[in-house]
Amino acid sequence: MKIRPFIYSLVFLLLTVVLSIAVGAVFIPPADVWRVLTGQPAHTVSQAATIVLTLRLPRTALVLLTGAALGGSGAAYQGLFRNPLADPYLIGVASGAGLGAVVAMNIHWPYKFGGQMAIPAAAFIGAIATVFLVYALARIGKTVPTTNLILAGVAFSAFATAITSFLMLHSTGELRRAISWLLGGSSTAGWEPVLAILPYLAIGLGILLLSGHALNLLQFGDDQAQQLGLSITRARTLILLAASLATAAAVSFSGIIGFIGLIVPHVMRLWFGVDYRRLLPLSLLGGAAALLLSDVLARVVAAPQEIPVGIVTALFGAPFFLWVLRRAKNQGYW
Amino acid sequence: MLKIIGMSVSYGSRQVLHNVSLDVQPGEVLSLIGPNGAGKSTLIRATSGVIPLQGGTVDIDGDDYLSFSTMKRARYLAVVPQAVSLPPAFSVWETVLLGRTPYLNFLGQVSSKDEEIARSALQKVDALNLTERRVGELSGGEQQRVLLARALAQSTPVLMLDEPTVHLDLQYQVSLMEIIRTLVHTENLTVIIALHDLNLAARYSDRVVLLVDGEVKAAGTALQVMTPETISLAYHLPVQVIPHPFADVPLVLPDRK
Repeated sequence: MKIRPFIYSLVFLLLTVVLSIAVGAVFIPPADVWRVLTGQPAHTVSQAATIVLTLRLPRTALVLLTGAALGGSGAAYQGLFRNPLADPYLIGVASGAGLGAVVAMNIHWPYKFGGQMAIPAAAFIGAIATVFLVYALARIGKTVPTTNLILAGVAFSAFATAITSFLMLHSTGELRRAISWLLGGSSTAGWEPVLAILPYLAIGLGILLLSGHALNLLQFGDDQAQQLGLSITRARTLILLAASLATAAAVSFSGIIGFIGLIVPHVMRLWFGVDYRRLLPLSLLGGAAALLLSDVLARVVAAPQEIPVGIVTALFGAPFFLWVLRRAKNQGYW
Repeated sequence: MLKIIGMSVSYGSRQVLHNVSLDVQPGEVLSLIGPNGAGKSTLIRATSGVIPLQGGTVDIDGDDYLSFSTMKRARYLAVVPQAVSLPPAFSVWETVLLGRTPYLNFLGQVSSKDEEIARSALQKVDALNLTERRVGELSGGEQQRVLLARALAQSTPVLMLDEPTVHLDLQYQVSLMEIIRTLVHTENLTVIIALHDLNLAARYSDRVVLLVDGEVKAAGTALQVMTPETISLAYHLPVQVIPHPFADVPLVLPDRK
């Protein structure tokens, strides 16, 4: 297996991590970042240390994990549905997860951390319920045509978003935070969100990383995949659950961030080929880097104010989406 | 070797195959002929286990083949599908290596032995020069050879091909059939081919089964099956059948209505 794409992606990811820690209301030179991270005692950097350790580092970790989850689940959905335009949003999973998360946010939990833990769990329940509902709606006999799946997904997505908006308008206070969440913004600080989504991501992304061969086979269609020895129902279910787990984790604290799951796998496929055993890990790395970069932009374009990162990804993502659409239509090739 | 006994298949309420029985021995090529919609492709799909049977069994070497796991099935029977909608960006090498799937774990890690088998499969179909190419760039004939190589990489005793010559010109039709004939001889394969071209079927197969409306209308050697009456009736077309100038097979000449 070629190693060079991984090195490029890792270096790029590392650069965006440094950028994400350095850039913000107070600029911290990368040299100071390095000193803080290596734990060097230096009184001149004490203020920097506070910012890095309590604000920038947890936020960077959350954005990195969210981006990896979006990139990975996007690649999995595209492979599963053999559709370059499939992503967690198109089939309704993200909206279902969002609805679950908002329901959990509207419940008053006795303990703060307990509430934090409940959000990704509720998001996962929402995501899985959506997958099964959309699957059941799209199914004809024993087959699930892709068009039916996406139509059912879009319809359910509109429905779930409507309920979500209704719940948010009725939620007590915190409207600003809710709206920023809806637009895709992770202004929640601290390590709790990171810890809360970590188990979901570990399982979800772990399974996806092992599914490359199965996804390769599925690219040849159900008949050929089975004739080559793949038990397609089992493989599909496993991949669908894993991708939904990752999506739920991403949505829980970072809200509705579009287009990362669409763009990143697409670019990686264009640059480094279609082998899903390579594409999945590369989409994780690329998704993390792309979302970190978007988050940095979100912090600086309207400084000192921050804009929700979902606005940045949509600004770049929507034109890209249209380009993909035209390209897919013109060439039938992806 | 391969026995299909009383196979019935329905799509919804429409019954596509009615009580079809046939058998093929190792080293033998059996051609399935018949008009469009007669059920040739359905027979191949049902036999390979991707669509359920309403009735009947598939028996390989005395075992109930359809009771095997998907992976075990792929070690006994390989299918060369019609070359429609292959994922264009896969390379020929990646595609042929997928033929090793029934011997790999879920991760699909290949050993040097698997690569050796894939390479020799490409060589058998004379496609080693295509290894680095993308499937989408290939001509119809090249795609068919790559799909045949992938099926050979499965190292199965039984091979089924669904209209492998349908988009090929005369040269590729003949060279593909020659490759298959050679493989049957050297590897003692058991082969079923669905073919449109009656003369190709007559020339290259040991036995012929004529399917019409999902039923076996005639079975036997080409000379036995391809009589003017049988073929005219099956295709709703007057035909002449004359002896081949230098082989002991019939030549079917369609007439004007």
